[in-house]
Amino acid sequence: MSERTVVIGSSVGLHARPAALFVQAAAAQPVPVTIGKPGGEPVDARSILSVLGLDAKGGEEVVLRADGEGAEAALDALETVLATDHDA
Amino acid sequence: MNVELTGIGVSPGVATAPVARLAAPPELGADTGPEPDPDAALASAKAALEAVAADLEARASRAEGPAGDVLFAQSMMPRDPALADRVAKALAEGRSAPHAVAAAFASFRAALEAAGGYLAERAADLDDLRDRTVATLLGLPMPGVPDPGHPFVLVARDLAPADTAALDPAQAVAVVTEQGGPTSHTAILAKSMGLPAVVACPDAASLEDGVTVLVDGRAGTVAVDPGPERVRRALEGEARRTEALSGSRGPGRTADGRAVQLLVNLGSPADLAAAAEADCEGVGLFRTEFLFLDRATAPAVEEQTEVYAQVFASFTGRRVVVRTLDAGADKPLAFVDHGQEPNPALGVRGIRLARSAAGAALLEDQLAAIGAAAAATDADVWVMAPMVATPGEARAFAARCRDHGLDTAGAMIEVPAAALRASRILDECDFASLGTNDLGQYTLAADRMNGALAELLDPWQPALLDLVGLAAEAGRESGKPVGVCGEAAGDPLLACVLVGLGATSLSMAPSAIAAVRAELATRTYEECAALAATAIGADDAREARRRVAA
Repeated sequence: MSERTVVIGSSVGLHARPAALFVQAAAAQPVPVTIGKPGGEPVDARSILSVLGLDAKGGEEVVLRADGEGAEAALDALETVLATDHDA
Repeated sequence: MNVELTGIGVSPGVATAPVARLAAPPELGADTGPEPDPDAALASAKAALEAVAADLEARASRAEGPAGDVLFAQSMMPRDPALADRVAKALAEGRSAPHAVAAAFASFRAALEAAGGYLAERAADLDDLRDRTVATLLGLPMPGVPDPGHPFVLVARDLAPADTAALDPAQAVAVVTEQGGPTSHTAILAKSMGLPAVVACPDAASLEDGVTVLVDGRAGTVAVDPGPERVRRALEGEARRTEALSGSRGPGRTADGRAVQLLVNLGSPADLAAAAEADCEGVGLFRTEFLFLDRATAPAVEEQTEVYAQVFASFTGRRVVVRTLDAGADKPLAFVDHGQEPNPALGVRGIRLARSAAGAALLEDQLAAIGAAAAATDADVWVMAPMVATPGEARAFAARCRDHGLDTAGAMIEVPAAALRASRILDECDFASLGTNDLGQYTLAADRMNGALAELLDPWQPALLDLVGLAAEAGRESGKPVGVCGEAAGDPLLACVLVGLGATSLSMAPSAIAAVRAELATRTYEECAALAATAIGADDAREARRRVAA
């Protein structure tokens, strides 16, 4: 199990466009990835409704988890998407 | 066929196009589950979700900026694998396909709503997606604003704010609703978008998709299958009016040169720039509530003085009529105890607040601030009190104004008693201004908040016009100005009627001025008086409007 803690880069938080971009990137990964708030229930990163439901705000931490072949590379890719400020 | 439907014209202009109806959200009906073939039901539910997603995606690619981003995020929702999982789960639990779809959306909705703010708005989006998916699944018309791919006349029972947000004026060329009234959301939106609109047109229920109609938002008519000759005449008439409008400048006058001052209504500093730029002779109604509402303590005299001075400075050499605070149980102030009033519209509001020591102190502070600001600037400052009912109230108010160096004091005429005894009121002060919205509500005993009574609240009601005539007559006899500052003044045709009744000034939204000026310029005072007599001769608002427009 690979795990990564990332700070949300977009000032609007993981909403609207940043959320859509993240979910699209998650769906493109070869392994299933979950996202959750630290200590919270993880949800499927490919589910836009679940990701929006997290209500992760700009500057907040989230935890990404993945398992299996390519998990580290998948987390690298998703970390970049999350840490980028898509509003800039 | 040559059928003409009538309603209330709330936004002027003429347009013709085929009808496209706003479909109501689909009815779910009783749950007929379990589905005999759950796999097939899941497949059709997924197909419906995909169709909704594809439609949103196409719209997202056409939209730009934030609207496009929102649609893009929305287009991913129906394709959410977790959503499909929950549909499958609900089917397995024995629900029918439409109910399974509704249950799946509902399971996500609660979390978004609980988050509040931006996400709570997305909860409403989920309802829309659910309705679209269910409509697709059941083969029902798609809810929401139609998109037939060509210009259309939008026909609906009534419009909600969410429906109208998506309205594209290049496609929706006119709006017709079965319900609603002159102050309904539909009317306000259509006016702001410049779309011809007819509301309160119950026969519009019979209009089917694809039928060509000619909408006249001034006359309040909808002609079915109008024919080329009728359309040509209507469009030509409209073109003439538009031309007259673009050439309209300067002070208001009837065709025979009788002056009618055209003024603007001003409700907040945010509107100041537009109001000051308008080709008008000043402000006929400066509402001051914005200074008092939504705050914990009363604004200090200094703060008020500054705001008033800013407004007066924008109208140097022009008139500004300030209405003192119109608060009450319907527009409560945090720092005044309004008590419990079962009928706030009939309660302690407007000048009646000054009956208490606290209310009188508020008024004193406000007049002191207006007086100081007027002394420091060069606008022609008049002050008037809202909700005056008796000559005594007008007298007391005028005396307070003079104490603060404000020599032109007046009374709003919104209470029928004040209209009936306008000559006595005018004995006590310098001018009067008719607030037709409240005067209509009190004359017809019809709550302004009650949509079911829209027709009674129509400013064309002959009883309301009778009272306007009485007040104007009192003004003529005393040689004192009596203007109109309600919604009625901004309706070009009704404005002519008001002038015919004797109104000396009309105050309206800045956007309405040009059309009113142009309409006035086409008629002599005698003709306006004849229109007034025609309107007053009618039995109800609809008939009055129809007779005058004919």
